[in-house]
Amino acid sequence: MTITTHTVGDRVIETTVPVGAHYVEGTTLDPSGPLATGAIVLDEAVAPLAPWSARLTAGQTLTIVDVGGNQSADFLVYNAQDTDERYSTPDTLAWQKNAYLREGSILRSNLGRPLMTVTGNEIDRQDTIGGACSKESNTLRYGFHTEHQHGCRENFLAEAARHGLGARDLVSNINWFMNVPVEADGTLGIVDGMSAPGKRVALRAEMDVLVIVSNCPQMNNPCNDFNCTPLRMIVTAPTDGSDHA
Amino acid sequence: MTSIADDHQTDSVLAARADARAQAERTSEYMPYRPASSSPVVPQGVDRDALVWAETVAPGGYTHRIIARGTRLRLDDPTGNACAHVIVYNALETNERLNVADTIKIPWQAYLGVGHPLLSGDGRALATITADTSGRHDTFCGTSTDESTTAKYGSAAPEGPSPSGRSRFLLAAAKHGLTGRDLPPSVSFFQGVHVEADGGLSFLGSAGEGTHVELVAELPLLVLIVNVPHPLDPADDYLVGPLRVHAWPGEPTLPGNPQFTATPEVNRAYLNSIDYAEARGL
Repeated sequence: MTITTHTVGDRVIETTVPVGAHYVEGTTLDPSGPLATGAIVLDEAVAPLAPWSARLTAGQTLTIVDVGGNQSADFLVYNAQDTDERYSTPDTLAWQKNAYLREGSILRSNLGRPLMTVTGNEIDRQDTIGGACSKESNTLRYGFHTEHQHGCRENFLAEAARHGLGARDLVSNINWFMNVPVEADGTLGIVDGMSAPGKRVALRAEMDVLVIVSNCPQMNNPCNDFNCTPLRMIVTAPTDGSDHA
Repeated sequence: MTSIADDHQTDSVLAARADARAQAERTSEYMPYRPASSSPVVPQGVDRDALVWAETVAPGGYTHRIIARGTRLRLDDPTGNACAHVIVYNALETNERLNVADTIKIPWQAYLGVGHPLLSGDGRALATITADTSGRHDTFCGTSTDESTTAKYGSAAPEGPSPSGRSRFLLAAAKHGLTGRDLPPSVSFFQGVHVEADGGLSFLGSAGEGTHVELVAELPLLVLIVNVPHPLDPADDYLVGPLRVHAWPGEPTLPGNPQFTATPEVNRAYLNSIDYAEARGL
């Protein structure tokens, strides 16, 4: 039984909980800034391994900053007025006839309607086919010894519960800053990322939306460069009365 | 800067696949054992080959399973620091669930021990305690919440060093389509509480290392188990120990078993459970 020491605010506690690893000392961190114009209405850091959520009104833009580089931001989005309408990978991909997300990609709902639009993107391509990690699927991918580890599905469930949502509301998600190539013979998998500290993606809400994010805790594959770092979430609102950030 | 990434070759899909597969033979202090017969910590006297569930639950961790009627469920506290918070449901109709008030009121007894049933709100025995070498359990305090955990340890973040019991129950419940409204008060094993004459709740804590509790499922059960510090644990730090779980098939409490008629109340609870089970064709 291993005991580790953690600082939480002004409190230092010892714990036997096998908490996942954070980034190593010396990691380059670049908090960057918003990838949209307008007034900043929310600016929050998401700690490594942690969940996060926010509501955006139509027209607002969410900038997600990959502060430490190659840190997967597992992402779900719902119609805030009716969460039965939620992000749909197949609708998004079929509509744009492409397996990757890039600037101009429209994140579509299970009703085929635009939830958000990628208005800015500093990565060659973004993933929405790799799904989220879970403590259960970790046992298939890496072995039974990983089952106790924290995963994105735990984060999604914990954060979803704060909004009255549960397991039935989790669907295939987006992984901002994660790299999942599909090769010519169909081979696919998570490989070293193409992002870097301070790289960003910007998403404009096309309706009032609820966004749920897991700052991925995975330490068994390169989706976080084996080095879990923070994310920065910035919401901006247009100041000129238009919807264009 | 050295990084764990330096130990991994993951620059192509095939390299990443080989890297992932190379991790499979590792072990952990805290893990499920599959098949269950591969458990390295089979309790003495338990038939390894009969096991249907075996794992070591991490400090701050949780587990959950649907078990058949008659299953024996054994919880071991190897270090004396575990605290097993438990909720059981009728797996066939999860609206039927542990009712802690009935569980202490109907047997006329607040303290859990051998022969004590875990009763539902529907007048049936969901489980019965069949062995107990600890005697330090609690039916009063339930489990910890984010509110109480944050006040005590500074954080209750699900990814952090001090998760709350309720947040862990929520995750376990979610895996079965249940939500916060489906979490009734829980019981806990291995950390005792005593009610003083003036009503004060005294924390007795553990009976020491190496104790265990065994239950029998009187109906098919959904079992949720959370391993977090007891709400009254006076320690400033979050030092809960690992919890071992083993289960194997057996029989529910039936006529002929002395427990079946141990008290008039529990006898009628078993009759109700059997009546339900037989009508369901179990």
